[in-house]
Order: sequence, then structure tokens, then C-alpha cells
Amino acid sequence: MSRLRASRFGAQGTFDSVAASRTRAGDLASVVPSPIRTRLLKTAGGFGVLVVVTCLVAPLVGSSPISLVRVFDRSIPFSENVDAQIFFVARMPRVFAGAVVGAALAAAGVVFQALLRNALATPFTLGVSAGASLGAMLAIVFGATISAGPFSAVPLASLLGAGIAAAIVYRLATMQDRAMSTTVLLLAGVTLNSFFSALIMFVQYIADFAQVYRAARWIMGDLDVGSFDPIVAALPMLVIAFAMFAWLPSSLNLLSVGADAASARGVDVGRTQRLAFVSASLATAAAVSLAGPIGFIGIVVPHLVRLIVGVDHRLVLPASALFGAAFLVMCDLAARTLLAPLEIPVGVITAILGGPFFLWLLVRKG
Amino acid sequence: MVAGPKRLIGVALVAVIVFWAPRPATMQERAKPVTRIVSLVPALTEILFAIGAGPQVVAVSTYDTFPPEVKALPRVGALLDPDMERILALRPDLVVSYGSQTDVQAQLARAKIRVFSYRHAGLNGVFTSLKELGAAVGRTAESERLAREIRSGLDGIQARVRGRPRPRTLLVFERDPASLRSVYVSGGVGFLHEMLGIAGGVNVFADVARESVQPSIETMLARAPEFILEVRATGMLAPANDVAQAKRVWGTLASVPAVKQGHIQILTGEYLVVPGPRVVQGTEAFARALHPEAFK
Repeated sequence: MSRLRASRFGAQGTFDSVAASRTRAGDLASVVPSPIRTRLLKTAGGFGVLVVVTCLVAPLVGSSPISLVRVFDRSIPFSENVDAQIFFVARMPRVFAGAVVGAALAAAGVVFQALLRNALATPFTLGVSAGASLGAMLAIVFGATISAGPFSAVPLASLLGAGIAAAIVYRLATMQDRAMSTTVLLLAGVTLNSFFSALIMFVQYIADFAQVYRAARWIMGDLDVGSFDPIVAALPMLVIAFAMFAWLPSSLNLLSVGADAASARGVDVGRTQRLAFVSASLATAAAVSLAGPIGFIGIVVPHLVRLIVGVDHRLVLPASALFGAAFLVMCDLAARTLLAPLEIPVGVITAILGGPFFLWLLVRKG
Repeated sequence: MVAGPKRLIGVALVAVIVFWAPRPATMQERAKPVTRIVSLVPALTEILFAIGAGPQVVAVSTYDTFPPEVKALPRVGALLDPDMERILALRPDLVVSYGSQTDVQAQLARAKIRVFSYRHAGLNGVFTSLKELGAAVGRTAESERLAREIRSGLDGIQARVRGRPRPRTLLVFERDPASLRSVYVSGGVGFLHEMLGIAGGVNVFADVARESVQPSIETMLARAPEFILEVRATGMLAPANDVAQAKRVWGTLASVPAVKQGHIQILTGEYLVVPGPRVVQGTEAFARALHPEAFK
């Protein structure tokens, strides 16, 4: 584990150069254009092009052939135009949901891995997904008709469940002192995961088959949102989370080496940890409420991106968000076309692609 | 948790998909007439009462709600949680169980109690169950009469709608109340699909060889059904609100002919989803929804 961690986040030498460039960037940013800016531009540009291409291609492909000419033919009224409806009602919201969920989960994965200084951390390590799943399960079994504003019952309940789980873990980890204990965070998260799983099993046991099936299906992930409304409902949370992410990368570079080292270099460790925890939990909760707990994005994408751009979080974080978006859109494309007219749950695709890849990564690094 | 009638959907539809086992319904033993029957299968409880074996039924499953007589009977669990102790304590001489309940059947065999093993197999399965269960409880004549009744009832419905245009229909049996997520529809297998055919409709997912299909928005748009028929064991809202909300939810798919013409109907009642003697009522409800003019 420690070997893995050392190689994941780079040896001390690499780190020092990162830290040095950070100091320079911080102090002299206005005077000298730093190399990191160029690298960031190149990285973001490269991955950005990938996202744009993916999002342009994905709506063109699907289980039913459509004609682009007909899609944009204004002479046919929208309610008569099946091709336009498939394009704008079925595919566009789906692609867009895939992009935001993929970006959120991948970025949250990067932040949690740095915060917990653990290469195996995922957005779901700290119990957020188990809380969300319990919420969704309860909504499916008991409160099918409640809703608030743009949220319908299941997203609302999963959001609440995720929030409660995150709040419990946060409270436990900050009880002792000002800074968070990553050990307590991890232990609390893992314990909470098991605890919520037990509650989920209990609710499943008293629920009926159709409900259990729906809940099980929800856990496999589903991006077929049907309209832009659910995306719009989740968007404010995602915007806030990403705004918070923007403050993090430099501090995460130092934090991933160790709290003491970071503190010695002038990082407000407690504040950074809180910001990291809250932003990553918020992004995860929003993503899960929109599409269910889609696994493997949050762990595979960050590691893949590190193989390409190195360990500097100023590059890894934006690149992971962009690559996560493209990756999930592609996975969903596979999910909706491979067995058409049936669908493969998108979480199954990400796990089937992600599982072997991650094992390969482990073996290669070991 | 009270055994709400909605749970019947699970028994009738989902469980059988998961636990369907291609084994013939068998009688382990054929001997003296039965006097004490425990039924774990709601559809077969209905059959037992319909062929006059009701007085011999001493206990039913937690899902049973019909006929009303079952409400007074003891409950002994269901598909996944049969209460073996209670079943044995009732000293039955016949236990009607699901084919997949092999543990239950083995235990009953050790206790020298006869078992009727139920196999779920579409509308024909109803007739098979009727014949075999009638023989098992010594009511062959009654079961043959009921089979003829069901057959002629279904034939009558088919005759009434014959020659009318058959709308391409989306048969929905599960949906998120406020959106088009978690939509489950009938594929081209199972009693609901067959009932739709008899009632004069064409299933738009007939080509998918499964009982239950979760279609994407795109597939529903592409299949362009002319009629959307939602079937529910229990109502979610007051009927008027229910239809209004359904029309609003389906309104997203404006190009679908059923949406354009307002051909969206909701049928509520557990009789629609239990493959027992009430399939005639269920099929007639389908037919009245699809072809109201045929029943004027």
C-alpha cells in the first residue's frame, strides 16, 4: 500500500519541484507566465476537445437510426418530428447528464484520493453512496409521491441520504481537534457504508419484489433522465462544488504528501480538508441523485489521467473532470446500443471496463 | 408491513421472471382426497376457491387477498419466507408451492406431505394449473367446467374485437409516479402480453422475448405506440388526478401517436395482474380500454 501510494503521488523529488512551481506560480503569477499555465492550457485543451467530440458524436448514435436533416428540419412541427424528439428529448439530456455526472464523480475521486491520501479511495468510500442508496430505497418503498420543486421523490431522498451520511462522517472526523483525521474519516466511512448497507437489506426484506427490483436497478445507475429538468435541479450543487474544486489543487498537492508537510509549507490544513470534503461530497451527492451510484468512474479515471499528465493536481483535477465526462458519455453510448432495444445498466459497463483495467493497474504498479 | 395488494405485482410478474424454472408441475403422490390445503401461490388459491375446494384451504400466503374468504385465514409466509413451522403445525395434506421452492418441497416430502408444484407459464399455464390442481384435489369436473368458462370468456372477447383495427400498444406495469423513469413494460412473453393480444391490441415490444422490459425514452419514441395502457394493482392517486398526471408525464413524448390522440388509459385492480381465473375480467378490461365502441 505504502509503495503504491509513494509511486502514485510521486517521489519526494517530484513533489518538491511541484511545490516549487506552486510557490512561483503563487508569488509571481502576475509577472512571469509560469510553465504550469501552458501545461494546464494544453491538458485542458486536449481533454476538452475529447469531451466536445464525444458530446457531439454521442447524440448521433443510438438504437434507432435518425436523420439529422429531419432533426433540424424546422418545417416539420416538433410534435410530429420523431427524429427531433429522439435527438432532443431522449439523447441530448442523456448525453448531458452523462457528461456532468462523469465529471463530478471523476473530480470527486481525485479530491477524495488526495484528502484520504489513499490511492484506492473513491467518491463512495465515505458512505455517501450508501446513504444515497438508502434514501432512494426508502423513497421507492414508502414515499413514492412526495416531491419538492424540480426534484422528484427518488433524487430528493437520495440527496438527503447522501447529505446525512456526509454530515455524520464529517462530525466524527472533526470531533477530536481542528484538523480532520484521515484515519477516522476512513474508518467512519467504511463503518457507515456497512451500517447503511444493513439498513438497505432490512428495507429490501420488508419491501415487495417490484420495489426491490426497482431499487436494485437504481443502484446499477441510469442516465435516461428523459428531460433537462433533473439535470437543471442538480446543476447548482455541481456548480458550487466545482467552484470549490477550483481553490483546491495547489493545497491538495501538498496535502497528499502529508498534513505536517503541508502545514509546514503554509497550507491551512484544516480549512483545506473541510473544503475538500464538503466539495467532493456535494459533487458526489448531486451526481448520485441524478443517475444513481455509477461505480468505477471515480477511481479509474483519476488513475488513468495521472498516467497521462503526471501527479500535479492542478492538471489532474481538471483533466479528470473532462476525461470523466467523456468516459461516461461513451460508456452510456455502449449501454444504450449494444443490446438494443434492451439496455445494459451503465454502471455495469463502467465496472466491466473499469474492473479489469484497475487490476491491470494494480499489478503493473506492484 | 401489511400485505398490500400491490405486492401481488411482484408475485405475479417479477418473482416468476427471476424464479421461473422449466420443470413440469408434478404431483409427488396421488392418493386419498385432500382435506387440508395450504396455498403459497395466490393465483392457485383463486383457482382452489373457484373450483369449490375453498373450504379445504386452511392457510394462504401473505400476498393472498382474493377471494374475500382468504382474509380470515392464517398466513404462512410466501415465496421467499415460507414459515415451515406454521405450515407443519396446520397439519396439511396438500401444500401448493412455487416450483422454485425446492427446499420447502424437500422438507414437506420428508414430512410425508403432498406438494403441488406451480409453474408460471403464460395463459396456457392457467389451464395447465387448473387441470392438474383439479385432479390433485379430486375436483376434475369442476376444474374442467371452469376451464371451459375461461376459454369461452376469452373467445367471446376475441370475437367482439375481431375485425377492428388493432392499436399498437405499450403495456406499462410499473413507472415512477412523476416521471418517465423506471418504466417497465410487457415484452412478448407472459400472460399480460397474451391478454393484450386477445383484447385486440398489438404489443409494441412483442419482439423482445421477455416478460418485463425496461425501455429507454428513445425506444419508446421509436416504437411510437398508438395506445398506452398502464396496469396497476393499486391506485397511486385519485383516478382523475392519476390520468391527468399520466397524460402530463407522457406528454414529454409528443410525437408518440398515443400521446397526440390522448389514448392513455390507466387500469387499476389486482385482478389485472394475477394469472388466475380472473384473467377473463382482466382481458375484458383491456379490450374495453382499447375498443370501447365494441362494448356499446
